[in-house]
Amino acid sequence: MSKIGVFICHCGENISATVDCEKVAAEAGKMEGVEFATDYKYMCSDPGQTLIKNAIKEKGLTGVVVGACSPRMHEPTFRKACAEAGLNPYLCEMSNLREHCSWVHEKNEQTTEKAIDLVKMLVEKVKKNKPLNAIKVPITKKALVIGGGIAGIQAALDIANAGQQVIMVEKEPSIGGHMSQLSETFPTLDCSQCILTPRMVEVAQHPNITLYTYAELEHLDGFIGNFKATIRLKAKSVDYKLCTGCGLCTTKCPSKKIPSEFNEGLGMRTAIYTPFPQAVPNKPVIDRANCTYYQKGKCKVCEKVCPTGAIQYDLPDQFITEDIGAVVIATGFNVLKTDFFPEYGYGKYADVLTGLQFERLASASGPTLGEIRRPSDGQIPKKIVFIACSGSRDPAKGIPYCSKICCMYTAKHAMLYQHKVHDGESYVFYMDIRAGGKNYEEFVRRAIEDDGVNYIRGRVARIYEKGGKYIVKGADTLLGSKPVEIEADMVVLATAGVSNPGAEELAQKMHVSYDAYKFFAEAHPKLKPVETNTAGIFLCGACQAPKDIPETVGMASGAAAKVIGLFSNSELTREPLIAVVNRSAPPVFSTCVGCCMCQTACPYNAIEREEIKGRDGSVIKTVAKVNPGLCQGCGTCVAFCRSKAIDMQGFSNEQMFAEVMALLNE
Amino acid sequence: MKKLGFYPGCSLKGSSSEYAQSVLAVAKAFDLELTEINDWNCCGATAAHNMNKELALSLSARILALAEKQGMTEVVVPCAACYNRLTVTQHELNKDEALKQRVSDIIEMPISGNLQILNVMQLIDKYVADRLEEKVTTPFGHKVACYYGCLLVRPHNILQFDRLEDPQSMDILMKRSGAEPIAWGFKTECCGAGFSVSRTDVVAKLSGNIVKDAADRGAEAIIVACPMCQSNLDMRRPQINEYLKQKIDIPVLYITQAIGLAVGLSPKEVGLQKHFVPVEFSEQH
Amino acid sequence: MSEFEPKIVAFVCNWCTYAGADLTGTSRIKYASNVKIVRFPCTGRIDFMLLLKAFAEGADGIIVSGCHPNDCHYTSGNFHARRRWVIFRGLLNFMGIDVNRIQFSWVSAAEGAKWADVVNSTVTAVRELGPYTKYQKAADYLAQQDQSIIDGQEAMIIK
Repeated sequence: MSKIGVFICHCGENISATVDCEKVAAEAGKMEGVEFATDYKYMCSDPGQTLIKNAIKEKGLTGVVVGACSPRMHEPTFRKACAEAGLNPYLCEMSNLREHCSWVHEKNEQTTEKAIDLVKMLVEKVKKNKPLNAIKVPITKKALVIGGGIAGIQAALDIANAGQQVIMVEKEPSIGGHMSQLSETFPTLDCSQCILTPRMVEVAQHPNITLYTYAELEHLDGFIGNFKATIRLKAKSVDYKLCTGCGLCTTKCPSKKIPSEFNEGLGMRTAIYTPFPQAVPNKPVIDRANCTYYQKGKCKVCEKVCPTGAIQYDLPDQFITEDIGAVVIATGFNVLKTDFFPEYGYGKYADVLTGLQFERLASASGPTLGEIRRPSDGQIPKKIVFIACSGSRDPAKGIPYCSKICCMYTAKHAMLYQHKVHDGESYVFYMDIRAGGKNYEEFVRRAIEDDGVNYIRGRVARIYEKGGKYIVKGADTLLGSKPVEIEADMVVLATAGVSNPGAEELAQKMHVSYDAYKFFAEAHPKLKPVETNTAGIFLCGACQAPKDIPETVGMASGAAAKVIGLFSNSELTREPLIAVVNRSAPPVFSTCVGCCMCQTACPYNAIEREEIKGRDGSVIKTVAKVNPGLCQGCGTCVAFCRSKAIDMQGFSNEQMFAEVMALLNE
Repeated sequence: MKKLGFYPGCSLKGSSSEYAQSVLAVAKAFDLELTEINDWNCCGATAAHNMNKELALSLSARILALAEKQGMTEVVVPCAACYNRLTVTQHELNKDEALKQRVSDIIEMPISGNLQILNVMQLIDKYVADRLEEKVTTPFGHKVACYYGCLLVRPHNILQFDRLEDPQSMDILMKRSGAEPIAWGFKTECCGAGFSVSRTDVVAKLSGNIVKDAADRGAEAIIVACPMCQSNLDMRRPQINEYLKQKIDIPVLYITQAIGLAVGLSPKEVGLQKHFVPVEFSEQH
Repeated sequence: MSEFEPKIVAFVCNWCTYAGADLTGTSRIKYASNVKIVRFPCTGRIDFMLLLKAFAEGADGIIVSGCHPNDCHYTSGNFHARRRWVIFRGLLNFMGIDVNRIQFSWVSAAEGAKWADVVNSTVTAVRELGPYTKYQKAADYLAQQDQSIIDGQEAMIIK
């Protein structure tokens, strides 16, 4: 006979505002098999948990139903409390009275009735629950960091410095990411390269870090602690063991007119190239799509000039497989290009730039060596306009969110411009100035007050070119929407930060969620910012949403801490919510007939055939067998089984039928 | 000979009869037969939809329903305002079955909403495009500023015609007629049509900016496809010149007039004599 | 007469739709209270016998919802569910259950508003279809028959 305890939480007023919690508890008390039912203001609080624990001990409960928030929120909390009171944690279930009831319905009788039904459903389920024991699996103590920007670098170094092994995969020929493209950083105006490059070198030299540049994740299998990653090492056409990085090939390469990705198209590079002088590793790759030899069959100049014979044209892409225990996604972001904006000329004006392009102009390592000059004619612009929120906060353009970093970098750009062009005039069109952050507001004030940047609150409707100038037509909303026209020499658009083009594909490879804008989704917006909803896969930096460097670094260290925490145990305790094939003593053995349809359904190759043999070694029966280390508990096999021989612990047929029947029977 | 429906609207019957004349002449030159919708009415442009949505929709819907009833599947609508109203109306009605029913009750005619509504660029593009170059006898060898105005491209999500801020279709057709279209900044700026009668000073300013930019960039003609644009830029030229304090005499031609000249029609056939700003071009240009 | 309030059971996966329904709650988007959610690890786990059971027990409508294609937490459970659904429709027809009583949809963890739409539209659709009574009628009919028939048919009448 079951002795179930039902505990109804008010969640402050979150539940009790629309649900009559006392009534739910009273009705639950009348349900068959319910020994004890009560309600309390905050069930997840210490006194609330003590209430449950005491009831378990005093009443000898055989099952617990907590009617509170989503089980995705507090199921572990209450299961732990039950375990502490000596009740098997898997005999505790949660009924979602908050997210699925009180928050989505009006206060009335039906809402309370629904809450009672939801509780009843779980009471009937928990009666069928069986005590389960956690599964222990070993952990491979090696982390995979995807992306070699500042987020990946920080995470990799933190993990490696804690004594754990790291594999870093970067798709470009060099690590460094967007931060290596930046000139100075806000709000201190210290040089980006100066603070970044030492860390890049540290990554390359760290004994615990294996760095694969020009490489991408091809495939990811397995589960927390036991992933198997297949990595594609794109053909570099250069043998890095022989290459000394002398750079002779890059100076002699005849294909010199390829827009440099690192310089955002403002400078040119060769077909065999290192992206920038401070690249790590400082060895070139051949861009086959732009190489004369690969396209036309002859040239081979680089091979002729290479003093060590490192050029190898026939090297194919290579694939390596690594066992890893955790993944950190740090793939970063991108910015919209100017051709996204019809009203700003569809990208046809040479001197209408993105913020990232302006960074390259302002950078000492950039195409103009840090002088602000117009790409069209090399002149120094005397009048420059910055347009904040280019694309951002504009639902009509499909980017309703705030890109967060633009207010600050626009202030920085205007400031850098004023520092470099003393007689120049700078204008910033803005919607609002969002300068939340330590010393951020002060920084913007400095741009306005000390450096004389003209801030105009209003949008720009159009830019057109006239006589070598760009006519910027906008409005000043603080002067009653007075039309403003500025004849600018250069315009910089603070284009919206968007997800990387390959983000969606990568997310699907790893089975992690992403949002409507293809940014990776964190497991909880507040309490699990660096976890994904796939255990063992963490994320950090701007691949989750646009964010600045301090925030990225903080998040990267957070993700690293999670990985180090995971690796601090040699075994991982896994939830026993997995499939099992029924077995019993001879002569029945199992209702499984050995058709192994389940094997075809399993996405994890967790099911194998097993032959049950008699004492004389002859095969008595062939049955399916689930490997508990590999099974992830999706239950697809259960629905496939024709003889109902395979079932899922925690979501068994018995339990699910009990739930459905409880719900519909009056 | 391809047969199409034709909705002239009020402007083409009055102040811009030369537009109708040139459209019909060019159509004829390309073996297209345009049949006017019988018993058509005002499309309700500019005023009606600001006052009474149902009335505005019903006015346009009646035209569409008549065209359907008269067996037309495609209707050529040269006036940009008419083109805009008819397209928007069909979109609104197709979006909302109940509204369509209500409007259908008001006009006492069924309406299916499957009519193809073509502006002049779309007409030429669809039926003349590949024959245009071979028909050109005297290339229109002038620098031209193609001016689209507001009604041809907005609202973009409904009209789905060309690029919103920097349209190209007129430029492409003019180029194929032998002209040299200039890149300029006022392609879709407002000419001030709404104030055409009440505030001519505003028109002078707005249209003035357009004419000046075209002139500054060396255009020898402004090419339009909208009667309001044409009349503002052409008829208001004295006020414009007064506002600009500068005498600009570049003519404003309908695209069909320019193409007409290129394919060998005479100035008279395309109605050039009716312009306020004198047009010096002839079939020999 | 008050409006017919259908009983609707939602079979949803834990990772997308359950989380999406949580988001509906977090966003305080209101929807009809006729729908009660049964949580499964994955739509692939949903044995469609459960759906028939629900109808037998008096459900008027059913929602099955999981992750969008390619977004399944378990790689492919939703594809299995989708195939199962295609075949199951034939069985429903055979049994005389209107397929419109079942709403099959994809609702991701980010689509809180969509979940409310799915619920509300299903409630409206099922309300139009009216109460589902065929099972009850069959049971009543058989109850009137000879006891021996009932004995013989017992296995066929669920409940």
